[in-house]
Amino acid sequence: MRKALKNEGVQAFIASIFCILLGVLIGYIVLLCINPSGASESILNVIKNFLYKKPARQMKELGNTLAKTMPLILCSLSILFSYKVGLFNIGAAGQYVAGACASLYAALAWGWGWLPCMIFAVVAGALLGSITGLLKAYCNVNEVISGIMLNWICLYTANTLLTNVKESTSPYTMYLDKINKSSLLPTLGLDRVFGNNENVTIAVPLTVVVAVIVWIILGKTKLGYELKATGNNRNAAKYAGMAQNRNIILTLAISGALAGLAASLLYQTGYMRWECTQSSVPAMGFNGIAAAFLGGLHPIGAIFSSFFIQHITDGGQYVNTNFYSSQISDVISSVIIYLCGFVLFIKLTMKKFLSKKDEQKGAKQ
Amino acid sequence: MLLLIQYTLIFASVLLLVALGGCISEHSGVINLGLEGIMVVGALGGALVMKSLGTTSAFVMVLVAMLVAILSGMLYSCLLGVAAIHFKADQTLVGIAMNLLATAAATVFVKAMNVAANPDNHSSEIEYISARKMFIVNIDGFEFNWFMLVAIIAVVLVYVLLYKNRLGLRLMACGEHPQAAASVGVSVYKMRWTGVLISGALGGLGGLGYILAGVSIWKFENGVAGFGFLALAVMIFGQWKPTRIAVAALIFGLFRALSNTYTGFPFLTSLNLPGNVYNMMPYIVCLIVLAFTSKASRAPKAEGIPYDKGSR
Repeated sequence: MRKALKNEGVQAFIASIFCILLGVLIGYIVLLCINPSGASESILNVIKNFLYKKPARQMKELGNTLAKTMPLILCSLSILFSYKVGLFNIGAAGQYVAGACASLYAALAWGWGWLPCMIFAVVAGALLGSITGLLKAYCNVNEVISGIMLNWICLYTANTLLTNVKESTSPYTMYLDKINKSSLLPTLGLDRVFGNNENVTIAVPLTVVVAVIVWIILGKTKLGYELKATGNNRNAAKYAGMAQNRNIILTLAISGALAGLAASLLYQTGYMRWECTQSSVPAMGFNGIAAAFLGGLHPIGAIFSSFFIQHITDGGQYVNTNFYSSQISDVISSVIIYLCGFVLFIKLTMKKFLSKKDEQKGAKQ
Repeated sequence: MLLLIQYTLIFASVLLLVALGGCISEHSGVINLGLEGIMVVGALGGALVMKSLGTTSAFVMVLVAMLVAILSGMLYSCLLGVAAIHFKADQTLVGIAMNLLATAAATVFVKAMNVAANPDNHSSEIEYISARKMFIVNIDGFEFNWFMLVAIIAVVLVYVLLYKNRLGLRLMACGEHPQAAASVGVSVYKMRWTGVLISGALGGLGGLGYILAGVSIWKFENGVAGFGFLALAVMIFGQWKPTRIAVAALIFGLFRALSNTYTGFPFLTSLNLPGNVYNMMPYIVCLIVLAFTSKASRAPKAEGIPYDKGSR
């Protein structure tokens, strides 16, 4: 038992569970303050999400949650990849927008197939990421600030460009399945497993493969080692003969590529359409931060934490809207991110506690 | 033209207030990326006062709304203080969490309030038409906003605080080399708390100024649209110095104002650019400016690094 507690992974897991419980508890308290009578029911609905539906519909609803979980996983991979290299890529949200814009425009205006569209989105995200990287490497611009600025620039660019392919009667882009069926991601028969939900596509296996690849690159390859070394100490890495500027740009390009892929995997299912008048950057990239930290900054952990966050975000729609609003799940997930800041402290306390126990044991012997 | 000057001045005032907040916090050694969230909370506090106070004299209204905005900003900045000063949390992460939390919590709160007042009203908007007029003095078509005066006072106060005052010098020492400051008896914790709380106050005030700048109704779902980060860019462009920040705020304010007023200029409308180009303008200018000014950065040396008594 004690041996297990000393394991870094186990400690990270305990800390994450602690953050989740406290986050949900605070969400519950907020609901109680607004209106005590329906709070318990509503918070349970948030946690249940698709289980709230009748059993016959559950698989289909689970499919919808999965369809949105995949881009979230990729966004959190994007964040954690750069964070491991000492860069906080908040620009992932903008790179996600760039990916969405690229894949939708290629699909609707040029009639490309699904694979070229996806690759185009990845390239767009990577290009945008490398702009942040170039600014960081050669001009010393803080990547958080430049990321935020690029997020807004991308949003307005995407709105302007996608207006060319929007429906004339609504602010939304045209339906992919009406204009260009070949741009929809293939379902590989997965749709039948989830009650004929065509939103479940090749995205699911692809995302898991990408997560494993990221894990291998970061943990097992020379490239990953070099990138992490650059993150730990730029000057030491330079001294050791690593191309530090190249590493910074490469990191943000890969990070951007992941975010671009995320958008393509969501918008090319046809589940979501772009709203050309939207005035805020989609929350997917920011939720990726929550998922990355909740998953203990581990690619495999990100898969589970992303599912959890999407699960409660979708659950938000089942609160009793007579009193509450669905944004309560945003409150819960942002509280969880905030609490993730304390993870280091929780781990330290655990370590201190354990070593104290060991000392006492040693003294007795 | 008058309209452009008016918008430039009011946006510059708001940017200036928030950037000064960021400046003080960073001089004490804490990066405050949560300014955006602090602005939302300050705006919410001020908006609630404007909604509930109803008919009073303009003086009381302006004073009370500003005070409540300041207090709510300070209160919210405690989240950053606790995490960054005492628990050695990652300041970037905590700041971003605060931004997300502020928008989400404000939306939930305002919606709950609106629904309680009228079960069919599911919007996240607060209206303050009559209250806004009390903040404005009309001089020959030029709308003077009290926030312009407040911003000027704030620059003077911050300048005196930082350079002509014992407290400010101690505060800056904690951002440059906290261990050295501690060795001569300065309490680093106290100084960093001072920095964070002042930035909370200025951020909250700036938030109220922002929602009063051009409109009389605010939708809290939208937060403050990256304005807090724009203020941080102003701070970096201003090299962490109050007077240079004031100049930087004017430049950025001008570009922000253009997106509100470009339709009034025949030569700009004749270019026939989409409106989104003007929306993008402040952010693009910011990026270009940062690219040229960040190289010789005069950032406080110990900013963002949790204070550890034992390290040297």
